[in-house]
Amino acid sequence: MAKITGAQMIIKCLKEEGVEVIFGYPGGKVIPLYDALFDSDIRHILVRHEQGAAHAADGYARVTGKTGVCIATSGPGATNLVTGIANAHMDSIPIVAITGQVGTAQIGTDAFQEADITGIAAPVTKHNYLVKDVKELPRVIKEAFRIASTGRPGPVLIDIPVDITTDLIDENFKLDISLPGYKPTLKGNLKQVRMAAKKIAESKKPVIFAGGGVISSGASDILRKFVKIAKIPVITSLLGMGSFPENNELSLSMAGMHGTKYANLAFTEADLIIAVGVRFDDRVTGKLSEFAPEADIIHIDIDPAEIGKNVKVLIPVVGDAKIVLTDLENEYRKYIEKKGIPDRKEWLSRIKKLKEDYPLKYDRSSNKVKPAYVVEKIYELTKGDAIICTEVGQNQMWAAQFYKFTKPRTLVSSGGLGTMGFGLPAAIGAKIGRPDKTVIDIAGDGSIQMVSQELSTAVTNKINIKIMLLNNGYLGMVRQWQEFFFKKRYSQTCIYNCVDFVKLVEAYGGVGFRVKKKEEVEGAIKKALEINNLVLVDFWIDREENVYPMVAPGSPISEMLESEMLEGV
Amino acid sequence: MNHIISVLVENKAGVLAKISGLFSRRGFNIGSLAVGPTDDEKISRITLEVNAEEHSIEQIIKQLYKLINVIKIQELDPSNIVERELVLIKVSADSKTRPEILEIVSVFRANIVDVAKKTLMIEITGNSKKVKALEDLLRPFGILELVRTGKIACTRGGKY
Ligand SMILES: Cc1ncc(C[n+]2csc(CCOP(=O)(O)OP(=O)(O)O)c2C)c(N)n1
Ligand SMILES: [Mg+2]
Repeated sequence: MAKITGAQMIIKCLKEEGVEVIFGYPGGKVIPLYDALFDSDIRHILVRHEQGAAHAADGYARVTGKTGVCIATSGPGATNLVTGIANAHMDSIPIVAITGQVGTAQIGTDAFQEADITGIAAPVTKHNYLVKDVKELPRVIKEAFRIASTGRPGPVLIDIPVDITTDLIDENFKLDISLPGYKPTLKGNLKQVRMAAKKIAESKKPVIFAGGGVISSGASDILRKFVKIAKIPVITSLLGMGSFPENNELSLSMAGMHGTKYANLAFTEADLIIAVGVRFDDRVTGKLSEFAPEADIIHIDIDPAEIGKNVKVLIPVVGDAKIVLTDLENEYRKYIEKKGIPDRKEWLSRIKKLKEDYPLKYDRSSNKVKPAYVVEKIYELTKGDAIICTEVGQNQMWAAQFYKFTKPRTLVSSGGLGTMGFGLPAAIGAKIGRPDKTVIDIAGDGSIQMVSQELSTAVTNKINIKIMLLNNGYLGMVRQWQEFFFKKRYSQTCIYNCVDFVKLVEAYGGVGFRVKKKEEVEGAIKKALEINNLVLVDFWIDREENVYPMVAPGSPISEMLESEMLEGV
Repeated sequence: MNHIISVLVENKAGVLAKISGLFSRRGFNIGSLAVGPTDDEKISRITLEVNAEEHSIEQIIKQLYKLINVIKIQELDPSNIVERELVLIKVSADSKTRPEILEIVSVFRANIVDVAKKTLMIEITGNSKKVKALEDLLRPFGILELVRTGKIACTRGGKY
């Protein structure tokens, strides 16, 4: 039998997993791997910093549903991946990270560029491997993809000592995967599902709370179908946006700290929450003891550890969102066919009223460039059909509030970790995953400077993403907190005019232009969308614009600060 | 509340680190810990003693289950188990105190495993209560060193 190297085996296994693209950065301990890659038709995107590779793999995974792959060398290469891995872990995104490691004989000796990456990354990976024998490679790679992409998805790291990549192995060598402790529950307990159906039918004021799990399990269609027959308003988490169309009358958009007031009030008044693929993060619940005081909770999640972790649950259903919702829709339909359709006119008109009374707002009459106006125009001009990536901070919240997401996998945003610098590399990954789509990074001037070197990655690879920079010259979200809670003492948050972004993007070979006037906004976005290159539009927005409404930290979500309450304080 | 949980894991490098890491990361304390292979050498059993509220124990168990190398977890019912720990106690002993110590040791059905001019080493196995009682009686003589294993436990009767 023909022998191949470990490195060649890795490439072979990756191909078997259907990997089409890898984001990475070479170094001493992965030279053999890159050498094998040289002969392969797997596309490799050379990033400019390994964090970018992990985020790009993450963005790719979010828009395609496939597992993203990134590679880094040992030591600093591997540690540079960690933020990206942690980000994927918090948001349950399937990625496989392959790191080089010093030779097996040198492990533990503080060898040059040695880092205990499996130890460092253990808390932020779903699982990780240190491969100590070339014969383990095929099994480990298979297991890694299985683990990353099934159950509650997440990142898996494979650390591969350099000698393993040069050792020889029979080309057809295989070992069966062996995961005796890994059996995610997919099918929800039918008795629980029936109880849930009955409870929902009896509820007077139910809301559905849909999270990232609905999107990752591909349950958006069945969710829509269920809502159509059950007529229950839908609230989403940030990661759940797009799971239910925001232009539907039953959509209440996002709840939480910067969610809509009507979503937060609906939670507060509801008698039942049907939570699907969400984990009741503190950014959503606000003060936990006062969250949804009237509501019983049905919690559907694939991860049993999420159920009952933050809130008390009346009916838990452990299972895959799509499978459980399919059963639930079925059971619910049977139940109401027998017992009649529940009358919820009152609740639905209350919901309608809440939406009318508390719309998201901003000063539309202002002649300054308002960030919300920019996002609304982006929505209009892309007809709601773009993939929107965001950075972190105010820009992220404005994007979430004012772009209307109607399809799953169209918002790519760092939820759990809140990682500044995620948006640009994630947009690169997203555009590679969905070249047919317009991919936009709604950026902040602080965030993008954490990863601006990736402009080079985008331009050299002709990845024509559009960056809409909401430039306020501030670390705006932190400044907002300082304004509200620290007497406007803007300690270390002003970054005004510290770089000419237009020149910066031009230096990398992209196109940039600046917008300082409201009347130029629309034209600039149109132009950006038309140009066949990477474009950055530097919107000089109203500098001290705040994100409203806002739940102050520690407050219940029913108490939201609004612009009128604060202006002039 | 003290809980004893018994965890079957794949006998692989790094598994113990993953488990202890999980405990510290999630803010849980391990009271005692014992690890060893089972009759199947591919599988090890980790017995953990944890002091925590009911709700936390539930979280610990669920979080442990998420570790890929964890195969099975049981929370043992303290009223229906045999639990043991093994303790070695080195105690000061001279010709005057030695007989008295020997008497205590025999009452406890413990063993003398080393005799030296000024010391005795005592081995005792039993549940925590018994060990503690012996420890208390020996303390006045001067305990020089005390080494204990983690607690291990097994359910009684046909349930396993
Ligand atoms: C890596 C990282 N460091 C620090 C923070 C804390 N932080 C949250 S938002 C923010 C400001 C972001 O500034 P910018 O990108 O300009 O966005 P803006 O809020 O102004 O829209 C900071 C510093 C973070 N989320 N991530
Ligand atoms: Mg800013």
